[in-house]
Amino acid sequence: MVLRLAWATLTRNRTRTLLAILGVAVSAAMLLDMVMLSSGMRASFKDLLLSRGFQFRLVLKGTLPFDTDATIADASDITRRLESLADVDAVSPVLGGQLHVDLGDRAIVAMALGGVAAAQGDYEVLDGRAPSSENELVASDAFFTATGKRLGDTLSAGAGYDPQLRLFSGRRVFTLVGRAHFLYLSEGQRAVALPLATLQAMQGERSHDRVSFFMLRARSGANGDSVRDRIAPAVPSLFVVSTEIAMRQVDERLSYFRQLAFILGSVSLAVGFLLVTTLVTVSVNERLGEIVVLRALGVARIRIVQQIVLEGSAIMIAGAIAGLGLGLLTARYLNSILASFPGLPASIDFFLFQPSDAWTALGLLVGAGVLAGIYPSWRGASQPIAPTLREEAVG
Amino acid sequence: MNDAPVVSALDLQREYRMGGEIVHAVRGVTLDVMRGDYVAIVGPSGCGKSTLLNLLGGIDRPNAGTVSIDGARIDRMNDREATRFRLTRVGFVFQRFYLMPALTAIENIELPMAEAKVPSVQRVQRARELLAYVGLEVRRDHRPAQLSGGEQQRVAIARALANKPTLLLADEPTGELDARTGAEMIELLGQVNGDGTTIVVVTHDEELAKAAWRVVHMRDGVIVDDRRRAS
Repeated sequence: MVLRLAWATLTRNRTRTLLAILGVAVSAAMLLDMVMLSSGMRASFKDLLLSRGFQFRLVLKGTLPFDTDATIADASDITRRLESLADVDAVSPVLGGQLHVDLGDRAIVAMALGGVAAAQGDYEVLDGRAPSSENELVASDAFFTATGKRLGDTLSAGAGYDPQLRLFSGRRVFTLVGRAHFLYLSEGQRAVALPLATLQAMQGERSHDRVSFFMLRARSGANGDSVRDRIAPAVPSLFVVSTEIAMRQVDERLSYFRQLAFILGSVSLAVGFLLVTTLVTVSVNERLGEIVVLRALGVARIRIVQQIVLEGSAIMIAGAIAGLGLGLLTARYLNSILASFPGLPASIDFFLFQPSDAWTALGLLVGAGVLAGIYPSWRGASQPIAPTLREEAVG
Repeated sequence: MNDAPVVSALDLQREYRMGGEIVHAVRGVTLDVMRGDYVAIVGPSGCGKSTLLNLLGGIDRPNAGTVSIDGARIDRMNDREATRFRLTRVGFVFQRFYLMPALTAIENIELPMAEAKVPSVQRVQRARELLAYVGLEVRRDHRPAQLSGGEQQRVAIARALANKPTLLLADEPTGELDARTGAEMIELLGQVNGDGTTIVVVTHDEELAKAAWRVVHMRDGVIVDDRRRAS
């Protein structure tokens, strides 16, 4: 009967209930988006770091990958040393640079990544194949668009440009053998990947046997801390950035986003709470007569409280479910805007949906719904019966 | 009617504050109501008759004095006990009916039984019997707004009888009804009393007062006359 009464009360004033649900839905959508933002970016970044299974980055001390133009010398030797360590599954040396593509009437510049195709963690081949010989490369969609080239086409490109001499230290004719998604690059960035030795050779003496950083993959089941402890003494000039360290740095840099998400999420929750409290309070005030009559007939105070709390919770749950869809739509839209920010990897999802986010938002809203119903319900159920009936009769 | 008092009120006093002034609504009322009796409390507006009815039914507490129903001191009960007592032993009928507007006639009658945890099948069965008793079987699925005032009051009486109370208390049950419907209500209350339910009714309606076995006159919070109708 409590359920029946709660349902009857909610459907008695359908428009008001519907508007309240819509209000909560907007609040819920905002809350869900903020929960997704606070945890999603971190989770998404971690997924990105581990997407090709490389748990460690090795960089010059005091730098981050592509943070400076400084490069690491004796790359071949370091690679051999790292590969000889226990529990090391793969080592991927990466050299960054620029490739100047000659298109006849014009030239474009693309970011170039030199690596070992068999052990690379920078891209995923979408069409074609990875470069297997020295004059092959894979490129991003933006590169194909900018050059107007297609898979199998050839192009002339130079690297190691000297602005004083206006000369490239190396120039080659490449064949485009694959279309690739570059994991760490931003939307629309022109990029190519080619064999490490090719890029080193093209960039001249300054890149001879040098790389920008290493990526390292430990064997499945290996203890990350142990592997890190073995790497550090083997390459004392390098700083070993584990996924955990990278995530700590990400946390520091993203703390602003998380605080913002927390504040906006709290505001959304408070707005939803106040909305439902107001609605339920108005509803209770309108039917004080009914409530005291129920009490006079012998309906227990707790039953009245249950009914009214149920009403508040029902509005919150309905609003939360509607808000879930709305929140996902909004998140997708906002994500598309943020994903096009220059300098940010396109693979990062600011609003990564995780089921736990939905449950968190739903839990918070239902909790708020219960709390929103408690005050008006207790107030309604605590009205003295006789004086309230007298006032109702006079009114 | 037998000699055991169902309701026994002794030196009841009730005062409350209204607009900064203390109103002595009931002042030293002593009243016994015998089992099966039909008592009408009459008097001018503000004489304290509704307050007395509320005290007898346990929805208000006296400042002094005692109220017993079937020997149970309702004035000493805590809120939970008094609520439970009202649910099972006292039926209320109000001037404004106060049916739950969102529930149908049969659901309104079922409501006190649901609260008393009467199993669903028995509840529906009893609610149907009561609807037939008050002559509204065909209106069972109508909401209050779809019923006339007289029909609503009939449903309210059926609701009051749902848990087979010892005592039925009615506050101006014909107050919102026209003369013809009021007369039907008076007849129905007479039928309920004839079937053994003790009734105490507060009224301004002379016809209703005439239907009662006993008429108690109040003025200024005290009983000034207490007369039993010659049978």
